[in-house]
Amino acid sequence: MSALSLSRVSIAFGRRAALSDVSLDIEPGQFIGVLGPNGAGKSTLMRAALGLIRPDRGTIRVLGRPATRGNAGVGYVPQTRSATAGLRLRGWSFVASASHGHRWGLPILGPVARQEVQWALDTVGANALAQRTVGELSGGERQRLLIAQALLGRPRLLLLDEPLISLDPHHQRSVVDLVKRIQRESGITVLFSAHELNPLLGAVDQVLYLGRGQAALGRVEDVITGSVLSRLYGSRIDVVRLDGRIFVMSANVDVERQAHGHDA
Amino acid sequence: MATMLDYDFMRHAFIAAGVVALLAGTVGYFLVMRGQTFAGHALSHVGFTGATGAALLGLTPLGGMICVALLGGVAMGLMGDRLQNSDVAIGSVLALALGLGMLFLHFFTSYATQVTALLFGNVLGVGTGTLWVLAAMGVVCLVLLTFIARPLTFASLQPELAEAKGVSPRLISVLFLGIVALATAECIQIVGVLLVFTLMVGPGATAQRITNRLGCGVALSAGLALAEAWLGVALAYRTDWPTSFWISALSVGTYAAAVLAKECSELNSPHFTI
Repeated sequence: MSALSLSRVSIAFGRRAALSDVSLDIEPGQFIGVLGPNGAGKSTLMRAALGLIRPDRGTIRVLGRPATRGNAGVGYVPQTRSATAGLRLRGWSFVASASHGHRWGLPILGPVARQEVQWALDTVGANALAQRTVGELSGGERQRLLIAQALLGRPRLLLLDEPLISLDPHHQRSVVDLVKRIQRESGITVLFSAHELNPLLGAVDQVLYLGRGQAALGRVEDVITGSVLSRLYGSRIDVVRLDGRIFVMSANVDVERQAHGHDA
Repeated sequence: MATMLDYDFMRHAFIAAGVVALLAGTVGYFLVMRGQTFAGHALSHVGFTGATGAALLGLTPLGGMICVALLGGVAMGLMGDRLQNSDVAIGSVLALALGLGMLFLHFFTSYATQVTALLFGNVLGVGTGTLWVLAAMGVVCLVLLTFIARPLTFASLQPELAEAKGVSPRLISVLFLGIVALATAECIQIVGVLLVFTLMVGPGATAQRITNRLGCGVALSAGLALAEAWLGVALAYRTDWPTSFWISALSVGTYAAAVLAKECSELNSPHFTI
């Protein structure tokens, strides 16, 4: 059974196609780096897997079932973090809000649910953040809490939408290491989207590269090549390998870095 | 010697202020957490239009205020992010509402005192009938808030994750802003349209400065609102100054004290010593 499978999926916003006729199968237990230029459909793919966007055509299956909202087997770290910026609530309360948060009634947790929150905090090494105010934490610390929140309910598929944005290289490293450790220890499937491939190089089993509505899934050495990326970008792309790092260049400009700077 | 509780109007004032403060403090905590305080302010102005419009039609101002504010709250919730993130849109609605209220008053000239009561509250003039309406509405709002508290917290802190997990942010938003509208209409009875902030926002904001725990924060917010409202009524009796002045002074004073205390403790913490 695939962790995530797309069969001839097309999703368009107005006349712009985010995904057009994409089919792919992601085997369970893998760390997948999801890459591609801005607007290539990285967020769209994740939101569709969560059932937040319905594909115009084709079918999406998640853990063997059609993609629908409320799938307890899927964890999600969304890209928008504006809500946490000025939040005057402690880390514990923030993480705990996601524990069976869809049920009606008061947000009071029983002993089992409290243990689960504690387990999630321990797993991401955020025990020390539980009593601190979320709005006063650094970006990397907040990212740990968001990952802890996504782990509640012990998902078998974890979707992380650009968790490295606005983190310095040191914190980027620690977030990638953390997610890799969780993926290895619990054997879950991870989809981790990023602007740049290099921070993910030691962690990914495969990459899913999106561009112009198309997708390429495979090992780094098979996908990050001039011919595959030239097709996805629709222009000539050169791949330069240097000192264990990989640079994706278009007319001598590093396109991944450029995309990153453009976003910031 | 007669104490203030010997008077019917004072007993009514304490009961009304108590009911409204408990509701406003509880709802206000979530309003501050969701960053929707400005929406609450706009709803009070919409309520003002409802009250003056009802008076013009010969209906009770309280009924008009409740209905129109509730409609406004539900409409705001349905419009969702488009409106909630737009200060200009809310500000325009707010201005138009106050302008319309002014127009209705222009045609309805019999009671000038009623305008002052609406704008600045009249807790000392609460009759038995109004008291029952306030109590019933307060109970309904608190029961509904208890019912939605869990998904409301989730959707407020993590809207996208909540939606992915099956919460409907729009439904929650409509229900919550409906509750806010009713709480606002209640507050208008005590502190008036222009000072709704003092009971709806002040205690919630203060509580979030003092504690970062959710349950403690809600309880503290309700407790602060109750203390400020009752102390305000008592001080108004002693000094013969308006109740609304005292409540607003206590509300802002408590918030300022909480902010100052926090700043001082941070300056003294080893974190900041050289």
